[in-house]
Amino acid sequence: MKTPVYLDYSATTPCDGRVVQRMLPFFTEQFGNAASRSHAFGWTAEAAVEEARGHVAQLIGAHPKEILWTSGSTEANNLAIKGVAEMYRQKGNHLITAATEHKAVLDPMKRLEAQGFQVTFLPVDSKGHVDLAQLAAAITDRTILVSLMAANNEIGTLHPIGQIGALCKQKGTLFHSDATQAAGKIPLDVEAQHVDLLSLSAHKMYGPKGVGCLYVRRKNPRVRLVAQMDGGGHERGMRSGTLNVTGAVGMGEAARICSAEMAVEVPRLRALRDRLQARIRAALPDSVVNGDPAACLPHLLNVSFPYVEGESLIMGVKELAVSSGSACTSASLEPSYVLKSLGLGDELAHSSIRFSLGRFTTEAEVDFAADRVVAEVERLREMSPLWEMVQEGIDLSQVKWTAH
Amino acid sequence: MAYSDKVLDHYQHPRNVGSLDKNAPDVGTGVVGAPECGDVMKLQIKVDDQGRIVDAKFKTYGCGSAIASSSLATEWLKGTHVDAAEQIKNTQIVEELSLPPVKIHCSVLAEDAIKAAIEDWRKKRAAVAGSPPNPEQQP
Repeated sequence: MKTPVYLDYSATTPCDGRVVQRMLPFFTEQFGNAASRSHAFGWTAEAAVEEARGHVAQLIGAHPKEILWTSGSTEANNLAIKGVAEMYRQKGNHLITAATEHKAVLDPMKRLEAQGFQVTFLPVDSKGHVDLAQLAAAITDRTILVSLMAANNEIGTLHPIGQIGALCKQKGTLFHSDATQAAGKIPLDVEAQHVDLLSLSAHKMYGPKGVGCLYVRRKNPRVRLVAQMDGGGHERGMRSGTLNVTGAVGMGEAARICSAEMAVEVPRLRALRDRLQARIRAALPDSVVNGDPAACLPHLLNVSFPYVEGESLIMGVKELAVSSGSACTSASLEPSYVLKSLGLGDELAHSSIRFSLGRFTTEAEVDFAADRVVAEVERLREMSPLWEMVQEGIDLSQVKWTAH
Repeated sequence: MAYSDKVLDHYQHPRNVGSLDKNAPDVGTGVVGAPECGDVMKLQIKVDDQGRIVDAKFKTYGCGSAIASSSLATEWLKGTHVDAAEQIKNTQIVEELSLPPVKIHCSVLAEDAIKAAIEDWRKKRAAVAGSPPNPEQQP
């Protein structure tokens, strides 16, 4: 087994070898610009891009013409949110999202807020779910967009997007879903789930970085967007810029493989995730699994280890590539806003690890990861004044701390 | 984030982890920080009659830099007179461990913990000196 063991597939995935093979000719012999209409180089590139578009469309139950290529999910989210806001401003100025969305949704929303739009940031319950009755009550005749992610990137909680889509359709408001973490991992169907806009990213599903898609519904209703990038009028005028042909080809192949292998991959990953969880919980019964075990991405496990701090834990398990639910490592020293939104106590929010498994994860790697984490938690607890106090029977919530 | 070799060394081989009897009259205990801030340090010193620190122990809940700062503090405290220990500045810890700006608060916490432990010991000593002789302590 090679170390470090990569268990951070929610951050990014390696390219599948088949994806790379499919991409390679488009860097060299078949280097044409997909917008060149006057020669075979352009025609070849265009045909490859359109085939790829078809594979992505198939992954989410869309028509190929409803897929726009972007540079990734961040751009897709920005285009969906700002593009809808600008297009439908006459109809209304209200948008709805949730506190646990990715920054690539929250920050465009905040920018719109600064420009005079009204944004409702719905709270979530302890498992990361929005209250659908609360969502229904929040939608007014001024609401132009509801944006709720398909799967949360930190805790893996799945929103019931079919129900949310049906509700939005009934209320006559558009529904955008950031499916960056869900696409290729769980079945999605924009028709059955009444999704109007959906963001996807290639590098989360074994494709290359720097390419993604935005699905934009063509009928019932036809969704229109104001382009956020002006230029040559590519992608039906909604996203100008020479197409990333190699990237699109890679994303298409990645989507094709996900569609073909999901039925086998999902149960395999779920079994590995459950094995990891069981092994950790058996050794550390007071560890806390965050999110909703009943509605969670099959490959993601977010666990809090009370009385040890997340960054030191990750530092200790250097043979594992995992990420901290705490954002300490990104220098903000704040615990994760997602975990805090769940109402987790700060010491739990400061002590979490996100394990995300993937296509190339093995049982041996999972066992190794569990054993290393357990050993390190035990070592750090021996060093932890909080653990010592708890052993002495002290209630930590009653201690007067000297906050700094 | 890249950690300095010294931080890694203290993190992997922390010095003087443990606890002293917090009720002993010659032991001073300082607990600083808060779980919601992501670090809590407990630093203890055992001081002889001349005011010399003969033992120091720590336990820390916090990042690697917080663990290293408190581990280093116990190393420096052992064998030092409390008056000198009180002069230890967080900047010396920053320098010794090459802490980046975002981790300076770990060194501040260590300085606070040293001061809190010394203050606790001084209070205990004042209480002992000020109270009537304890018959059990008579030879």
